[in-house]
Amino acid sequence: MMDTTKHSNYNSTPSGAGGHSLFEKIWDKHIVQTIEDGPSVLYIDKHLIHEVTSPQAFTGLNKRGIKVFRPKQIVATADHNVPTLNQHLPIKEALSRLQVEALIKNCAEHGIELYGLGHPYQGIVHVIGPELGITQPGLTVVCGDSHTSTHGAFGAIAFGIGTSEVEMVMTTQCLLQSKPKLMRINVDGELNKGVVSKDIILYIISLISASGATGYAVEFAGSTIRNLSMEARMTICNMSIEMGARCGLIAPDETTFNYIKGRKFAPQADEWNKKLTEWKTLFSDADAIFDKEIFIDAAAIEPMITYGTNPGMGIGVSKHIPSLNEIDAKEKNSFEKSLHYMGLQAGEHIKGKKIDYVFIGSCTNSRIEDLRMVASFVKGKKKANDVEVWIVPGSKQVEAQAKQEGLDKILEAAGFMLRQPGCSACLGMNEDKIPAGKYCISTSNRNFEGRQGPNARTFLASPLSAAVAAITGKVSDVREFLN
Amino acid sequence: MSKAINIITSTIVPLHNENVDTDQIIPARFLKATSRDGFGKNLFRDWRYENDDETKPKKDFVLNNPIYSGKILVAGKNFGCGSSREHAAWAIKDAGFDVVVSSFFADIFKNNALNNFLLPVVVSDEFLQKIFAAVEKDSAAQLEINLKEQSIKLLAGGEQEIFEINHYKKTCLLNGYDDIDYLLSIKDKIEAFEISMNS
Repeated sequence: MMDTTKHSNYNSTPSGAGGHSLFEKIWDKHIVQTIEDGPSVLYIDKHLIHEVTSPQAFTGLNKRGIKVFRPKQIVATADHNVPTLNQHLPIKEALSRLQVEALIKNCAEHGIELYGLGHPYQGIVHVIGPELGITQPGLTVVCGDSHTSTHGAFGAIAFGIGTSEVEMVMTTQCLLQSKPKLMRINVDGELNKGVVSKDIILYIISLISASGATGYAVEFAGSTIRNLSMEARMTICNMSIEMGARCGLIAPDETTFNYIKGRKFAPQADEWNKKLTEWKTLFSDADAIFDKEIFIDAAAIEPMITYGTNPGMGIGVSKHIPSLNEIDAKEKNSFEKSLHYMGLQAGEHIKGKKIDYVFIGSCTNSRIEDLRMVASFVKGKKKANDVEVWIVPGSKQVEAQAKQEGLDKILEAAGFMLRQPGCSACLGMNEDKIPAGKYCISTSNRNFEGRQGPNARTFLASPLSAAVAAITGKVSDVREFLN
Repeated sequence: MSKAINIITSTIVPLHNENVDTDQIIPARFLKATSRDGFGKNLFRDWRYENDDETKPKKDFVLNNPIYSGKILVAGKNFGCGSSREHAAWAIKDAGFDVVVSSFFADIFKNNALNNFLLPVVVSDEFLQKIFAAVEKDSAAQLEINLKEQSIKLLAGGEQEIFEINHYKKTCLLNGYDDIDYLLSIKDKIEAFEISMNS
């Protein structure tokens, strides 16, 4: 299934002979200068901030006695640490409240637009950027959150940064960055019934491992990717970081342009036409060179599920967990530790495992298309009695749209609880935690130990696979439930 | 107080795990502070304590084993993967470490560590196993890291390896400079770049 080609003649300073990749076209345009034998100064177009990774950066600025350099290029929201019930009431937990209040104060002091709690645009930072038309092709986008790679779905260079780097962008709109190596992952062919974009990315990570793309910018290409909606493309780029990639990106096309057109911050009138001409040059030239290239047959992908404690530990739902003799000797310890945490046995089938919670949400899968997918599957069905189901829309706009389409009624009739927007049980920073020892099938991005709460056990899967598990109460193969 | 680092000689805290993610280093529920201080006490919180209870340390976890201490944390490959939270680097530094040694670091963590004068040292798989073997044989085994020479040495046996670090970052660490100082020094150039970009 996988064919890897290594090109040894790749030149790390590409300007000159040969074609350019999508990544290089954007990168080269944003270089202010390059330090000899060191990193480049990369100009950042858009900076998204939230309450958890920004306060120490603002403190740094205040200590230096300087103001934010380009406040109009920053957009803020509160998402990681907000409750997903009763958002109209003051936040109960003192530390969380202080953190959200610090964001409000900092944004006001520095003239930054904030879509905080109660604002109709509030939501998960990686959901609101695209839906407001802030994320556009050809831009450099950063945020103090690793899933910033999501925005690469629009043909942008988008990556997560730490708080010191948040402070750098606030002070100078620039970052010091070394140019990553380039990888292209081509997915071609028709997807099987019941297989969606989440399965594609979980499959890719299971092939190349949780560190398989570290040091690379990864372009996703091929007919399967071209046929995906923007929401589906975002799911794929979102999880690029789960294989270690610096960023993931997809060349913009008509699907991209149609998605952006008419959105709040999208270019208008003449500016739109000018931008469109520019955006249409954003693709990898036929003779662009990649350090590594991988080819994947879409037909080989089945609905995926993870069984371990990193996102690379995924299998097709009909498969068995690897037996000990299938595991590399060096990795045996980590593998056994992981299965012990999960309460699973090597070699056993994952289908039929009982689950306790279902979480449908996160910057990976909380967009309107995800909610429609779930609603259309569960319409007229009921959740299993002993399962609790939380649906957390990605933003106030997604929530409003879902209600307008009547999805809320369908979901409630099935016994699913529709909560309010935020990161929620993806990282268990607010009170939405999975209890110790319980199993949660989750549409989020990380199955790390304790990620959804101390000793919580996570199975990562697509919204469709999560929906079927909610109905049956166990890990199930959605293909058996589709006509 | 200068942040500069050059030669660090210390005993070792060995963490045999691979793929140590930043949620293990510092779980999300401890990210509610608005300052950079005090994260060390929650470093590896859920590996350190039974049921989140500080009175019940897990005996088999290395940080709870009094025979291991020091300024150098040595861990398996792909250290620092996952979330971009810089709190992970703050927690390690706050717990008294100046160096993390691994055969492979996740990108964002590596940058975060460097920005906090916490030196990430990449060694070969073989050398990593040598360190683990040395500290298993003698918990008082020491490593010497010399940034200027880019060398890492096991003091007892004398085995050593050269590690990579980009020249710019090395200069910053040796002199206690940070990236913000550098970027602020070229602000005119950045403003000129903005004008050329929009023209």
